[in-house]
Amino acid sequence: MSSSSQLHFENSPSLDLAGCQVERRSDVKTAGETEPTVPFAMETRGLVKNYRKGKLLIKVLQSVDFEVRQGEFQAVIGQSGSGKSTLLHLLGTLDEADDGEVFFEGNRIDNLPATSRDILRNRYLGMVFQFYHLLPELSMLENVLMPLMIQHGVFRYWCQRRANTQRAKYLLDLVGLSHRLQHKPRQLSGGEMQRAAIARALIANPKVLLADEPTGNLDRKTGGDIMQILRTLNQDQNLTIVMVTHDQTIARQADRTVQLVEGRMQSLVPGDI
Amino acid sequence: MYKLLLAWRYLRTRYIALASIISVTLGVATLIVVNSVMAGFTQEMHKRLHGILSDVVLESHDLNGLPDPQWHMQQIRQVIPDELAGMTASVHVPAMLNFQYNGNWITRQVQLIGVDRATYAQVSDFGQYLLHPENQKQLEFLLREDGYAPRKKDFPVAGWKWRRVKADYEEALLEQQRLQMQQQRATQPATDPAGGGLPATEGDQSSPPDSPFPLVNGETSTFVESQPPARILPGNEPAATPETVPPGTIPAVPYGQPLAADNEIVFDPAKEQHTGIILGIALCSVRHREEDGTVKDHFLCLPGDDVQLTLPNSGRPPKAISNRFTVVDLYESGMSEYDSKLAFIPLDEMQHLRGMVDHSRGIASVTSIQIKLKPGADLNHVRDRLQERFPAQQFGYRIQTWRDMQGPLLSAVQLETTILNILLFLIIAVAGFGILATFFMIVVEKTRDIGVLKSLGAPSGGVMSIFLSYGFCLGIVGSGVGLILGLVLVVNINDIAAGLEHLTGREVFDPTVYYFQSIPTIIEPLTIALVVVGAVGIAVLASILPARHAAKLHPVEALRYE
Repeated sequence: MSSSSQLHFENSPSLDLAGCQVERRSDVKTAGETEPTVPFAMETRGLVKNYRKGKLLIKVLQSVDFEVRQGEFQAVIGQSGSGKSTLLHLLGTLDEADDGEVFFEGNRIDNLPATSRDILRNRYLGMVFQFYHLLPELSMLENVLMPLMIQHGVFRYWCQRRANTQRAKYLLDLVGLSHRLQHKPRQLSGGEMQRAAIARALIANPKVLLADEPTGNLDRKTGGDIMQILRTLNQDQNLTIVMVTHDQTIARQADRTVQLVEGRMQSLVPGDI
Repeated sequence: MYKLLLAWRYLRTRYIALASIISVTLGVATLIVVNSVMAGFTQEMHKRLHGILSDVVLESHDLNGLPDPQWHMQQIRQVIPDELAGMTASVHVPAMLNFQYNGNWITRQVQLIGVDRATYAQVSDFGQYLLHPENQKQLEFLLREDGYAPRKKDFPVAGWKWRRVKADYEEALLEQQRLQMQQQRATQPATDPAGGGLPATEGDQSSPPDSPFPLVNGETSTFVESQPPARILPGNEPAATPETVPPGTIPAVPYGQPLAADNEIVFDPAKEQHTGIILGIALCSVRHREEDGTVKDHFLCLPGDDVQLTLPNSGRPPKAISNRFTVVDLYESGMSEYDSKLAFIPLDEMQHLRGMVDHSRGIASVTSIQIKLKPGADLNHVRDRLQERFPAQQFGYRIQTWRDMQGPLLSAVQLETTILNILLFLIIAVAGFGILATFFMIVVEKTRDIGVLKSLGAPSGGVMSIFLSYGFCLGIVGSGVGLILGLVLVVNINDIAAGLEHLTGREVFDPTVYYFQSIPTIIEPLTIALVVVGAVGIAVLASILPARHAAKLHPVEALRYE
């Protein structure tokens, strides 16, 4: 089984969201005229998100336009409270925007029904969090297999359990955790847990990996290892990665970096950081 | 898949929830024990109640009865030909029972029943509650030689054996009294009239013969039949001849002693019996507790003793008539209501005694007709049809099923069972709230995990079903353990009661109150299934709210939850 071939996306993507009709962007080819670039993996248009704390209205995102091309490793930097995590949650359809649109490979996804968004998260998007968020009751292997368990029913999962386990082991091997299959999360170090979280995010063969401060809770060296893995995934398997971080040295390792300042996007050239 | 896996893992790692399920376990176990014991009691009670009552009873309102039982029976046969299994006629009258104990006359009120010895056994289980095994097979109003109550180890000697000893003793007593009177009379002229009372020595001589009754002398005396004391005392001078009696005095024959002229018709109690009577065991015994704690029956009257009955005859107005009967057996059903009230005599004897026989037509009336139905017959339906045939306006009969007759008692027991069940189910409901609280705690504890699952694409329904199946598993485990615990308790309930008695020194199951030798239990699969399903249902119900709460969690807030 070659994972690299599995992780390659097709050039004409068709979203299978349990029969749900998705809205295609009308202006999808406007940018393609001038530059022969790869299409956007994800993009947002005029994204607005406010939080309400009692009577106080906190404007987190104010009309954010953001895009990431297929196969691109893009970093979003910003200070605490700049709204970068919120942006990532909106990209991952975990939260609902007050205004604006989110597109996944040209399909609008922010207005999809809950079931379709669940499927989208499960099969097309992988997520990695700062605090790893592994389930403490499950072993590493089971944690990594969790998206597949969610995807399949009992019977289907049982039929495919060998192939699934093999893929999980392959991914754990890829992130260097093949010796930790049966350990519980609390028996592992932070770096190991983050690697397991990356393996879990990749198990369903997603098209975009959304990483929320993946190194935020790790020391410099371990963080570097994680970044190395992400870079390798991006380069070898052409995985689209959106990474949110506050650390400029980490962000520098991405292909492109954008900055969020008080809920507004500011483009940066790599030399500025 | 993940739902089952997570529910299973939570089950194995969250022991706090197991603690909350212990109350479900205990509730289920208690319900099973209580229901089994109550069912056992109820069935035992039904058996005993029904033991003497046949299925349907047609009762005349008049103590003098319905005049033509044969015609009535024929009518009944015509009305319910398919359901009828057996019929018997009987006479029920209130009566007074008299018997002598330790020289005192004891009087008791009884319900006297004249039964037809041939057919009475067809309609009720009456026979199986008699003490003598032969009488259990075939009812005879004849005194048996011995062998009453072979299963009661401390049952005193009864039957002819006892009757002979008693007759001998009484004869000896009379003989001695007669001798004593003769001696008194002979010595009276010689003694100083101012000498006062009898000399002490004489008093010693006149002391009564050794009592053969264990009842009188307590444990010191032993039952000896081979050498009745009566043979010793009169010695070889049976000729307490009238010649010694001074002329002009009344012959010293005490009251009750047959005169010489009546010798040919004299009743010899050692060889003959009066008409037989069967007494309820509590009519002639007292249950009491010995100093060492054992429970014993103290018999005031035994098979072989004579009793006197006074009952109303069928005259207008009724007059009291009395007759002597010989106790031939005792009746022990375990229902104190019956055991302390009922006495049975042969039907024909009763009819003759009360003058219920119409000699011109050769018909004797009866007060009730007991009807036994085939198994599975609808009691109430039969009753209604008989009531239609014998309308109350015309006949004035009470036609009742045995359930009607014991209605208040049966419904009281039913009510008791229902209330106990409700109370115990409330215990499980309380356990349900415990589960609710515990589950909310677990959901709060698992908030971040729920967020993670949602971020991995788990639908809300899936998250909900994790907790529902968790509750279901807990319910299954709790009620399963409860089921096993309950069954073990039920099966060993008598040993447990004995153990408790030993531990606390207090009798759990007081045999002076209950007539059962052991606690009766019946395990009803349907009841147990209902209890288990109910407990699992409550566990699932209690997990619905927390599960909904989990399903509604916002993924971002759940992920941020610290």
